[in-house]
Amino acid sequence: MKKENKKTNIMDNFVDQINQNKKLKYALICLLLCVAIALPKIGLSSFIIRVFTMIALYAILGLSLNLITGYTGQVSIGHAGFCAIGGYTSALLNVHFGMTFIFSAICAMIVAGILGLLIGAPTLRLSGTYLTIATLGFGEIVRMMALNWDWLTGGALGVSGITRPVIFGFELTTFNGGLYYLVLVLLLLVSLAIYMIIRSKMGRAFMAIRDDELAATLMGINTTRYKITSFVISAMLTGLGGAFYVHMVRFIDPNTFNFDISILIISIVILGGMGTMKGIYLGAALLISFPECLRFASEYRFIIYGLILVLMMRFKPEGILGGQSKKPYKMPSGIEGDYQ
Amino acid sequence: MKTKNKLLLEVQNLSISFGGLKAVDEVTFKVHEGEIVSIIGPNGAGKTTIFNLLTGIYKSDSGKVVFDGEEIQNRTPQEIVKAGIARTFQNIRLFKEMRVIENVLTGMHINTDYNFVDLLFRTKKFRTIEKEKTLKAIEILDSIGLADKISDYPSNLPYGDQRRLEIARAIATDAKIIILDEPAAGMNPQESEELLQFIKTLVQKGYTILLIEHDMSVVMNVSDRIYVIDHGRKVAEGLPEEIANNKLVIEAYLGKEVEDCA
Repeated sequence: MKKENKKTNIMDNFVDQINQNKKLKYALICLLLCVAIALPKIGLSSFIIRVFTMIALYAILGLSLNLITGYTGQVSIGHAGFCAIGGYTSALLNVHFGMTFIFSAICAMIVAGILGLLIGAPTLRLSGTYLTIATLGFGEIVRMMALNWDWLTGGALGVSGITRPVIFGFELTTFNGGLYYLVLVLLLLVSLAIYMIIRSKMGRAFMAIRDDELAATLMGINTTRYKITSFVISAMLTGLGGAFYVHMVRFIDPNTFNFDISILIISIVILGGMGTMKGIYLGAALLISFPECLRFASEYRFIIYGLILVLMMRFKPEGILGGQSKKPYKMPSGIEGDYQ
Repeated sequence: MKTKNKLLLEVQNLSISFGGLKAVDEVTFKVHEGEIVSIIGPNGAGKTTIFNLLTGIYKSDSGKVVFDGEEIQNRTPQEIVKAGIARTFQNIRLFKEMRVIENVLTGMHINTDYNFVDLLFRTKKFRTIEKEKTLKAIEILDSIGLADKISDYPSNLPYGDQRRLEIARAIATDAKIIILDEPAAGMNPQESEELLQFIKTLVQKGYTILLIEHDMSVVMNVSDRIYVIDHGRKVAEGLPEEIANNKLVIEAYLGKEVEDCA
């Protein structure tokens, strides 16, 4: 037994208790949803709403990265590159061809997915470290291309004049809460998709690859194909996040999605708990609200931020909600009975 | 004699060398349906290398592996599992951060037939297959006495249970032949006795077993036939009692007698 496992963790106990009581669990989820929906209507400033929007956006990015890093075990530190690809695709289609958000975002996902395939197909055949280095390079290449391909991306000036998302003729802004609802819907869809993937043969293949690639191969799993699939899905969802952000701030330049963003996304995944979904929501909430809460200590923000990450690594390296679950295995629908 | 059964696996003149070292040199052996065949030999004799060749991890330099009438020596590991050969490992290789039942379900990967659209939209096909496979996994776990540990993680199981879970995962692939790489390694006498009984029940259920083992009590008790490998070469084959008295085998294990000491 590791020392860490013995320590009782307040958060874990709390989560366990909620899970044991099903009624309480559903009541809490309903309450949370109601609060989430009512948030823009209770007179909060648009600044606060914007923070919540950003939390949801980073939860999307965190969930996407978690798919490849947390579940499939392949560390990517260039995911901001896919944000940028998604962002630029959506921005350019919007500005030059007048595409509205929904269509340009779908195109953004496709383009990000294709680039994910191009990066992943050669590198994912190798062991994990090579992918990490390749993605690091990829993030920088995307930034340099955005900076130097003036004819396409507008170079250092970026792309401006992107329209806000419009749904049924209704323009979504931070002020009317529309952007917040849009990102909530996107987060819900992304969460659902990832949940469906994880709790299936595909998710099991991903996790098997993470835990032991050779053993996974000998279970008949085509490891390269599954790693690429995971990477492409992750790239697509990240591209979607990038597209949303660009339509929110209505501007993109080469520094919108830089290396810091990649690190922020991976910090969310590590802090919350790799290979869990609930951990990512918590990680996003903590790391995005954190700088806002610490505005009074603006000069020391990054010191405190760093200190927390170091302490995490020391005392709970699997993340706040990471590690082995104590909940019983959730059987697929149709199987009754008391299996522990 | 069991040798009247159908020939399931036939290995002919299988060889592989790493650099100048002939790790496996012209090895030939046969396994019939329903048999327990053991491969024994001193450390470094090339036993595990033979298994790695059979399961497609290494590609052989020459020789043939015929399984169920088909040549499989140059296929990928995935294709070989599909053909019906599954294995366990010398050092246990379970999926440590997946639950016990998920480990078994992962073993069923190749015969879980639904596509991406099915899983994304939870179609009827998905639900039917997933339910059927889960029930089958529970059944397998029940047969090895792990039904009450479905939700546990493998790293929290006792050593013997981990070994059996690994075998259960191999069974889940619907393999015809199960290759066990030193299943009794690190077990105490009581645990290896239990394992022995377990292997015997597997054969009764219709599985064929190919075994590498160091524990002589296990080998001598369960094997129908034994092949002895030394320095990559087959030095002997026969029934357990023949092997126990074979001079070459004793030499391989204990060394040659010095003759001119007078």
